[in-house]
Amino acid sequence: MSLILENVSHIYGEDTDMVVAALKEVNLEIPDGQFIGLIGHTGSGKSTLIQHLNGLLQPTKGTIYFNGQDINEKSYNRKELRSKVGLVFQYPEHQLFEVTVFQDVCFGPKNLGLEQKEVEMRAYKALKQAGVKEELFYHSPFDLSGGQKRRVAIAGVLAMEPQVLILDEPTAGLDPAGRDEILGQIKKLQKETKITVILVSHSMEDVAEYVDRIIVMNRGEVLFDDMPKEVFKEYKKLEEVGLAAPQVTYIMNSFIKEGFLTSSEATTIQEAKEEILSFLKKKKG
Amino acid sequence: MLKDITLGQYYQTESVIHRLDPRVKLIGTIAYILSLFLINKIQGYIVAILFLALVIRLSKVPFKFMVKGMKAILFLLLLTVAFNLFLTPGEVLVQIWKLTITKEGLKLAVLMAVRLTFLIIGSSVMTLTTTPNHLTDGMEKLMKPLRKIRVPVHEIAMMMSIALRFIPILMEETDKIMKAQIARGADFESGNLIKKAKALIPLLVPLFISAFRRANDLAMAMEARCYRGGEYRTKMKPLLYQRADRISYLVILIYLILCFGLGR
Amino acid sequence: MGIVKAVQLAFEYIRRDEEGNVEGITRAIDGVNLEIEEGQFIAVLGHNGSGKSTLAKHINALLHPTEGTVYVEGMDVREADKVWEIRQRAGMVFQNPDNQIIGQVVEEDVGFGPENLGVETKTIWERVEESLRAVGMYEFRKHSPNKLSGGQKQRVSIAGVIAMHPKCIILDEPTAMLDPNGRKEVIRAAKALNQVEGITIILITHYMEEVIHADYVYVMDQGKVVMKGKPKEIFSRVEELRKLRLDVPQVTQLAHELRKEGLDIPEGILTKEELVEAVKKIK
Repeated sequence: MSLILENVSHIYGEDTDMVVAALKEVNLEIPDGQFIGLIGHTGSGKSTLIQHLNGLLQPTKGTIYFNGQDINEKSYNRKELRSKVGLVFQYPEHQLFEVTVFQDVCFGPKNLGLEQKEVEMRAYKALKQAGVKEELFYHSPFDLSGGQKRRVAIAGVLAMEPQVLILDEPTAGLDPAGRDEILGQIKKLQKETKITVILVSHSMEDVAEYVDRIIVMNRGEVLFDDMPKEVFKEYKKLEEVGLAAPQVTYIMNSFIKEGFLTSSEATTIQEAKEEILSFLKKKKG
Repeated sequence: MLKDITLGQYYQTESVIHRLDPRVKLIGTIAYILSLFLINKIQGYIVAILFLALVIRLSKVPFKFMVKGMKAILFLLLLTVAFNLFLTPGEVLVQIWKLTITKEGLKLAVLMAVRLTFLIIGSSVMTLTTTPNHLTDGMEKLMKPLRKIRVPVHEIAMMMSIALRFIPILMEETDKIMKAQIARGADFESGNLIKKAKALIPLLVPLFISAFRRANDLAMAMEARCYRGGEYRTKMKPLLYQRADRISYLVILIYLILCFGLGR
Repeated sequence: MGIVKAVQLAFEYIRRDEEGNVEGITRAIDGVNLEIEEGQFIAVLGHNGSGKSTLAKHINALLHPTEGTVYVEGMDVREADKVWEIRQRAGMVFQNPDNQIIGQVVEEDVGFGPENLGVETKTIWERVEESLRAVGMYEFRKHSPNKLSGGQKQRVSIAGVIAMHPKCIILDEPTAMLDPNGRKEVIRAAKALNQVEGITIILITHYMEEVIHADYVYVMDQGKVVMKGKPKEIFSRVEELRKLRLDVPQVTQLAHELRKEGLDIPEGILTKEELVEAVKKIK
């Protein structure tokens, strides 16, 4: 079970004079159960990339395999694919439309043609997984706060019970606590269900805490694809393309420059703290 | 697909047509549309084609751009043609099952197709070469006499300009919501008419909500920038006729004379 | 008196259910007092729903106070005949870049404010040029706003406000919908206006990095000002900020964590250099 992209290119407006190559020869392998951060600034091709993964966009060149099958073959059931590769768009609360929260979350599983009972069970489970309180289930989704709406919208995709969950900037516009809550909820879900999660973000700080692997996109190409600490070592190259490593990396570099540390593997505050403490302990002892 | 609609979109470039007073372009467009419906001889249409070709050439807007706008109304065009083709009584040419094509129907259908095509391309030339603000300025000024009979000319003009500004934004949004619902398994394509109409609810509800939210935001932003109707306003780009505008009026007049001289 | 002064400001709105019956009253702002001196760069922090945007809309006379009032250059926002003057003096930039641009061409949008003020045509053009230059968007003057990036759109909106020659600009979460580069662009433009033109800036945000260089910070929660002070003072209260659904820059956070481990490090560290110095001193 995995997603494989083979030489995937996508060119917009091929027959016009405004040709834009949004993806260039992208090769990726996404095995089961990984938590991946997909990073790149606006226009780097990351939005185009994720829309290929559930067949909303077709590559102009190259092939995408899901569980060994070419998803763009004529006979392939793309509707089923969309239930297996769930995509949560940016500002997903803008897609809410039903009278109640619960009914809105039912929309996805209902489209899969499931029985009413199964639909409702899934909606209930998904709302729980997304951290929506039960007393809100029968409220109008439009009366909820921004953060709650976002959770309902995420539940709407979770209710399809995807094997791969892609979230396009799920924290955009939320306040710091709202951001931490949503990301924490996603991490918990990933741990419990072992599904693959692809988290699209602008912010290295956000993903550093949560993911096992970071894919950095730039101008339609994969620039880096590695563990966070390895990617952040290339902070100079990241800056060249308008990105940056998390602040922690820079802090630890200052310590290295001052001769406190010889090297650092820290990508989170917790790890940085431990490295500094153990250094100070060694110095004393 | 939705992004292909060019009607109401400004094409940024420098050209004689772009620089013309919007009133000239408005009156010119109206005159052109009228001419399309009043001429009935092939010579008239040749004059109309040549005139349009000349204007497009001068406007420096790629022709492809206008044809793309046609795609969006292709359905409407086909429908009109079909109506005329099958429902005009007269001398029967072909009969397939219950559908009859008459000589008159064929003639009328071709005529309608030509007229509509020209009408759309002709008006897109205007919208592609004139910024909506400019366009509404032109309308406002042309309709100014109506204020005496209490027509809220300025308000209408402002409403139109805002509507035009938000068309591309709402198009993009429609595309986005549609994709989001497809990702949730929605199906906008299959099923009968009723099923299809029902399938539109998950698209239309969010779209309306978004439109209202935007309208609300925009109203507030306008108020914050001291907008209070047309009364105290001055103009950044006041409309003053230049030499080119007067010449254009003359050209339009010549076109009309030629059209009617040859085309009726 | 400062350029903006709020006195016991309160704002309530009535919530209604679907039938229009009153469900309850929400006090979005609850007794806010603040005074802002001309030429300052002020930040108002708070989580979503803390009342910070509602406060902003009072300074621009877009909302009418339930109790108390706001003075802008000594003018009371409750006085109906002063509304337009107040809006000209205290301009406002909103969150959504798409929903505040009225013109179809950048320069026409910037000219919209001066047109409304009845400024003479020639002067409008001068103002549009100087404003677009001030935010570095002059070369885009003939572009359609739809083709710009989020950061660029917001800079156009700022130019649209500057063209009205305000004394003070309120930026209501101008960066919430932008990517990191767009955010930097907007903050840089706001800082430049403050430093070069001496325009008072009131920045409303929940991004802590944007606040570090402010002269003074107000933190809001449940419609009240719950903290105020210089950035350093505010950032030394990490735990309190966290309770208010806010966070601090990573360096401040790290310093705080080390301090909790018993290290002798001062609170309110804002740069990595400060942190390195502090750790150096530990023997």
